[in-house]
Amino acid sequence: MQLMDNLIMKRDEIIKPVGNPFLNEERVKISCRNVNVYYEENHAIKNVSVDIAEKEVTAFIGPSGCGKSTFLRCINRMNDTIRTCRIEGEIRLDGENIYDKNVDPVLLRARIGMVFQKPNPFPKSIYQNVAYGPRIHGLARNKAELDEIVITSLEKAGLFKEVKDNLDHPGTSLSGGQQQRLCIARAISVQPELILMDEPCSALDPIATAKIEELMDELRQNYTIIIVTHSMQQAARVSQRTAFFHLGNLIEVGDTNEIFVNPEHKLTQDYITGRYG
Amino acid sequence: MNNSGIRHDSSGTRLQLIKAGLKRRYAKEKIFKTLGITAIVIALMMLTVLFITITKNGYGAFQQTFIRLKITFDASVIDPERTGDADVLSQADYGGLVKKTLRDMFPEVKKRREKRDLYSIVSSGAAFQLRKMVMDDPGLIGTTQTVWVPADDDIDMLIKGHIKAGEEGTGRIKANEAAWVNTLIENRAIEKRFNFAFFTGGDSREPELAGIWGAAVGSLYVMFVTLILSFPLGVATAVYLEEFAPKNIWTDIIEVNINNLAAVPSIVFGLLGLAVFLNFFGLPRSAPIVGGLVLTLMTLPTIIIASRVSLQSVPLSIREGALGVGASKMQSVMHHVLPLALPGMLTGTIIGMARALGETAPLLMIGMVAFIVDIPAGIFDKATVLPVQIYLWADSPERAFVEKTSAAIIVLLAFLLIMNAIAVVLRRKFEQRW
Repeated sequence: MQLMDNLIMKRDEIIKPVGNPFLNEERVKISCRNVNVYYEENHAIKNVSVDIAEKEVTAFIGPSGCGKSTFLRCINRMNDTIRTCRIEGEIRLDGENIYDKNVDPVLLRARIGMVFQKPNPFPKSIYQNVAYGPRIHGLARNKAELDEIVITSLEKAGLFKEVKDNLDHPGTSLSGGQQQRLCIARAISVQPELILMDEPCSALDPIATAKIEELMDELRQNYTIIIVTHSMQQAARVSQRTAFFHLGNLIEVGDTNEIFVNPEHKLTQDYITGRYG
Repeated sequence: MNNSGIRHDSSGTRLQLIKAGLKRRYAKEKIFKTLGITAIVIALMMLTVLFITITKNGYGAFQQTFIRLKITFDASVIDPERTGDADVLSQADYGGLVKKTLRDMFPEVKKRREKRDLYSIVSSGAAFQLRKMVMDDPGLIGTTQTVWVPADDDIDMLIKGHIKAGEEGTGRIKANEAAWVNTLIENRAIEKRFNFAFFTGGDSREPELAGIWGAAVGSLYVMFVTLILSFPLGVATAVYLEEFAPKNIWTDIIEVNINNLAAVPSIVFGLLGLAVFLNFFGLPRSAPIVGGLVLTLMTLPTIIIASRVSLQSVPLSIREGALGVGASKMQSVMHHVLPLALPGMLTGTIIGMARALGETAPLLMIGMVAFIVDIPAGIFDKATVLPVQIYLWADSPERAFVEKTSAAIIVLLAFLLIMNAIAVVLRRKFEQRW
């Protein structure tokens, strides 16, 4: 109980993060400055400034309701669809503010793919699931090109071997882990620069989780990845950098090795040692 | 008590408490189940009674009494100058042929009044039937043919046992008529046959000639107009309100008003149709186009509400999945949300259409209650619809219209069943799992 008392802080308190939120300019893919998010009166993200490195896996960790998913959804403007949500501050993708008036959210989402917590394949065939993105963006000039995109995407997502004979089966008939890899294939089919993953393994068993983690390790050769996760071990295994959120504040950010071995902030220490969460 | 398995509660009182409570809980469940089953049984019984009475009253109308006549198509009556002209053929005195045949069959009838009684046992439709035969095949002229012509509705009722022959001068059937009918029965010259005319004819003042086809075609046209107007309009409205419209006071007002419209009595829509479509736009009276427009107004709120509910039931994850790969709002709705919501929308549409099919009141206001004999040939022709036809027949004094009314109800119910069956098939076809 004494521990909990130490941890309770005021809801609207804004904390200055420890660690090194900012990176060398060459490494930066996304830079966020003074980002605030409000749901009506609720201040969900409090003045967060952080850089995301290119071709690395960055993990957002923190207890439930800390705002890490909200922050993730700001990066591809998915929060635009929520009426009550208001966003302030700057998020720059390759130096361009994505909240500028002349930025088209549809184009932005073609550059930033997303994988959701619950696997959400379309109720269509496996092929159609992957072909949908390239088709609406007009990425393939003919059927052969589309076939190639579908096959490469499924291969990159490590799913092709399992489904190559059943491409016409419904995507929803796959197992949970396969569905999630199908969603990853769907996300990379439009060749995004960045993939956002919102707790992609929370609905999966350990074997399916291991497969997706392996996959993320391969994908980071070509893609910048941000993953929101509840699992400390997962963050430690897959990410190069970690950001710890608490009640809408960015508490600590730094290299994953540093944070997990030598956390600076008391809250981070308590969280990653499993005393709080 | 100690072998109850719960060691720390040696007295067993806790378990007894639960057991006592359990009995009560199960009793409640049983009462609820019994009430439910009773309700279902009562409902089914009512339905059975309804079906039995309607069928009992109505099946007779599917048969009609016919009288066998040996007609001589006398050339001197039909076409005395041998012109072969269609006008001459169509204006010939076929009624005279029927009368002559009847006189030949009963040569003992001499008095004028008796002759008139004799002629009345055959339907006035017999002459039309002969004319049609000759028009179709002029070669019949000069030959003698055995023709089955419909009996008059009173004779039909007598044969079917719905009315009895009275004494001289009383009742619908006179004693001499009854005697002729008996003679015909003895000669096997009168029998009940399947009543094709009921399924192919339009309305008529003569029950033995009245058919349901005119009203059925009218209903089909009205349903057609209603469907092609209300389904796209309703779905488009629902999609816009649910997916695109901003949430503000105006959309709130629209929403409340749509819900109110769904509860407006249907005759009010009839008045609206009369005022707007007939008096203001000058559309034709009694026409299926106007009936369809009025029923569209009536059906729209039902379709919109059902469509919005089924749009709401499409999971957010599907929309986000589509937006996540860069689909525009319109694409996510058209490619993913709408196909998933379609089965629910279809169900709502069919419910609305079924209600529209059975609707009488608003159509009375726009003149579809008129007596219309011809089968309508298009949506601008004068027409009536099945429920109005039922209403008209139920209002007619002739005994023979009683069974026609029930038979028309059977046809209406068959229409409804077919529509619902189509709805189920369509829903199965479009249904997708997510």
